[in-house]
Amino acid sequence: MRPSSPQAIDQAAVPWLLAVALATASPHGEHLPPWLSVLFAAALLWRLWLWWQRQPLPPRWLLALLVLAALAGIAWQYRSLLGRDSGVAMLVMFMALKPLEMKTRRDAMVVVMLGFFLLLTHYFYSQSIPTGLWLLASCTLLTAALIRLHGGSQPPAAIIRQAGLLLLQALPFMLILYLLFPRVSGPLWGLPQDAHAGRSGLSNEMAPGSISNLILSGAIAFRSHFASGIPEKSDLYWRGPVLDAYDGLTWRASTPAAGRARMVPVVEARGTPYSYSSIIEAHGQRWLLALDVATSLPAGAVQAPTLEVLAREPLRARSRFVFTSSVDYHANRNETAAALQQALALPPTINPRARALADQWKSRPPARIADAVLSLFRNEDFHYTLRPPLLGADAVDEFLFGTRRGFCEHYASAFVFLLRAAGVPARVVAGYQGGEVNPVDGYLIVRQSDAHAWAEVWLAGEGWVRYDPTAAVAPSRIEQGIVAALPQDEPLPAIVGLDADWLRQLRYRWEAANNAWNQWVLGYNPQRQRDILSRFGMANPDWQGMSAALAVLSGVALLLVTVWTLPRRRRADPAQRAWQRYCKALARRGVTRAAWEGPLAFARRVAVERPQLAALTSDAARCYAALRYGRGDSEQLLVLQECVHRLPARWRNSP
Amino acid sequence: MPTANHHSPVSRILAAADSVILGKSNQTRLALCCLLARGHLLIEDLPGVGKTTLAHTLARLLGLQFARIQFTSDMLPADILGVSIFDRERNGFRFLPGPVFSQVLLADEINRATPRTQSALLEAMEEGQVTTEGETRPLPEPFFVIATQNPSHQIGTFPLPESQLDRFLLRLDLGYPDRQAERALLETGGSRERLPALPACLGNGEFAPLQRQAAAVYASAALLDYVQLLIEASRREQRFVHGLSPRAALALLAAARAWAFSDGREMVLPEDVQAVLPAVARHRLRLVSGSQADGEDIAALIRSVRLP
Repeated sequence: MRPSSPQAIDQAAVPWLLAVALATASPHGEHLPPWLSVLFAAALLWRLWLWWQRQPLPPRWLLALLVLAALAGIAWQYRSLLGRDSGVAMLVMFMALKPLEMKTRRDAMVVVMLGFFLLLTHYFYSQSIPTGLWLLASCTLLTAALIRLHGGSQPPAAIIRQAGLLLLQALPFMLILYLLFPRVSGPLWGLPQDAHAGRSGLSNEMAPGSISNLILSGAIAFRSHFASGIPEKSDLYWRGPVLDAYDGLTWRASTPAAGRARMVPVVEARGTPYSYSSIIEAHGQRWLLALDVATSLPAGAVQAPTLEVLAREPLRARSRFVFTSSVDYHANRNETAAALQQALALPPTINPRARALADQWKSRPPARIADAVLSLFRNEDFHYTLRPPLLGADAVDEFLFGTRRGFCEHYASAFVFLLRAAGVPARVVAGYQGGEVNPVDGYLIVRQSDAHAWAEVWLAGEGWVRYDPTAAVAPSRIEQGIVAALPQDEPLPAIVGLDADWLRQLRYRWEAANNAWNQWVLGYNPQRQRDILSRFGMANPDWQGMSAALAVLSGVALLLVTVWTLPRRRRADPAQRAWQRYCKALARRGVTRAAWEGPLAFARRVAVERPQLAALTSDAARCYAALRYGRGDSEQLLVLQECVHRLPARWRNSP
Repeated sequence: MPTANHHSPVSRILAAADSVILGKSNQTRLALCCLLARGHLLIEDLPGVGKTTLAHTLARLLGLQFARIQFTSDMLPADILGVSIFDRERNGFRFLPGPVFSQVLLADEINRATPRTQSALLEAMEEGQVTTEGETRPLPEPFFVIATQNPSHQIGTFPLPESQLDRFLLRLDLGYPDRQAERALLETGGSRERLPALPACLGNGEFAPLQRQAAAVYASAALLDYVQLLIEASRREQRFVHGLSPRAALALLAAARAWAFSDGREMVLPEDVQAVLPAVARHRLRLVSGSQADGEDIAALIRSVRLP
């Protein structure tokens, strides 16, 4: 290392650059192979030790060997050097090893630029608020490192402050670009691997245990915002898949005949319609979880004959939909024979005791049969629990006459079985029930723990009527939610069972912030952009209009920032200005004054390096020295200024 | 710009010194500047490179009264300061002043003495007076100590602690002469013999006015800014254990003034500060690694501060 070379890196800047490497690469540790994380940490510690001990850097052949070995490791780990994960791994590896050959300013700049690039790659993996904050802090650190590299030798706090100020000046441009840069639809970073990652949520079949497993997750399923007033909690049934085919163990959605699939359901809504918008988390299925029953649909969605609202494509990104629903309705009073046939189908022979029980009720009217089942659940010794005993082949028999402990899927399943056995068309509906209002932003939050299964019975003249057998066993599940309904000693998802009030408040605030972030930052799509721009008077903007506005606003912002910073620049005195111009002119011609070099010393150097300029530079330097460090007079200022003017001509004439 | 009047005595002294001490004009000039700035000088180098000759030459050229102490490990403070002996005739004690009562005191190989003896001298340097047996006696004016020491890793030495080092305005090391100077030395056979014959360049009492002129050299606000930036940079620099003290800042400015004066200028330039900084700072800055700062450390410090 030759610290005397002017291009050598200032040793005091090394910790800054190591901090940059750490800040920009460390969040990747979450998904990198452990050996690469260890390599990264070891390389950084090694470099820190070398800096501390003022030891020379490792030889080039060793670094080359390390790079090759790490490349081989990455290729082996990911089976490729192409693609998102291996690309990011390579960047992290470069970031780990580059500091080990960091000798010159140029090397340090490479580290900083690599850091800026690494910042972007984090958005491939996470776009949450903490990630955004971390990357903002890292960006400030990177800017501070740049300042330090360019000779800022202030204390660290002052450098950070200056970096923050610089970023603050960039803020208007950031906002303008954010608002006006033409958006592409779909998530910008939506790489294939991202889009098809497994998502939790309802599935299109229901077996014992499938919903009680879901309920342990506190993850948010969707958020809804009602324009005016939220319906009663007991009316909040969010419709998911309708399961009308039973094989003795599992309820599934039947594959309807081709003609029936195109059939439009007939809904007669009564009472006040509720308008609301829902932001539904990606779940990889088509259903849109509208409040029962949807009367107007978002663009592009259809209503299946079984009343659930379906999107054209499976939901692969968090999306926002606008619905209108009515909680008081008649649906499909004239149901097709095929559908009723499907709603009566049962596998033969299983559950003989249940069939025998149903046979006793066959003579009654259908509504009375449903009531009989509900009163059975209500009056006999049935229990609502998350931990039901395992059931065998005749699951319904065992449940009804044996264990009598179950979760919503057990009750819905047994209810529908009994009704079908008694000759009444019935089906299972999966979805969510209830929700929780976040007082901070007024959104109704529905979690996976609100997953539920209920039943629908077709009654002549009334159409499909909802029956919730769980409500008969545990009314508090519907009125107050899962926590109130379950026995005290049952395990609950931590997030649902929160008791402490301050914790609950904190969670509400955090979720409201997340919701705003999702809607305004992540969900800022072309539609939203159009909405906002039209509010500013740009009706129907095309990309040319947006680009023009972008250019104009950026210009205005630049002007404002300039005006803001201008008076802060100290006006250099005329002597200094003239001397700087003189030095700059010489620098253009190959003799650069170092920032620390005094005028007379510089003149002596020029006399050696450019003898033809010796006299002129000596005059200029002496005048400047007298003006700046002595008690110079205006005559010397004139001489100095004249030297500046004489310089280019003299230079051109000189051999 | 420089006028010949106040310039000439200094340049005459320097020219004369250069004729005796070959190839060391920068060190000679720094030594003279140290005396012009009323500071004490520490010369550190291997034996035989001309430390004593430099001290002796300066004293003669400046026309100052000269004394020399060769420090040894069995030396006592009284050997330097003086003793009172009983005078039978006057029936009382009589003070016999020690070698410290002189204008230029060459303290040769100061690091061979015990700390106790060293501190007796250093106190005299600091106070400008000597107190023995309850009586305070002023030292002559001007009073300089030119101390020499061998690099402390030699056997049988007591290296000066940092607090004592700070009392020396400048510290020089001489180094080996270059090829040409060494050849001249071999040809002329050394200069010790010619020293007593060297004529003084200044008469009695002519040095004090030069010191006053040197102290009056103009230091502009811009230059003081620069000195402050350098001092702050030394405090921020992580490779130094401590930065430069306020006393070091004063020393730096005084030495830079003297350097500008010796160059015949009426104002201090950043170049002057940079020229004296190694001599001012090197013995005051200790590296984290334990050794003293070397020339490269000081050069890096200079390079890290842009001129205001």
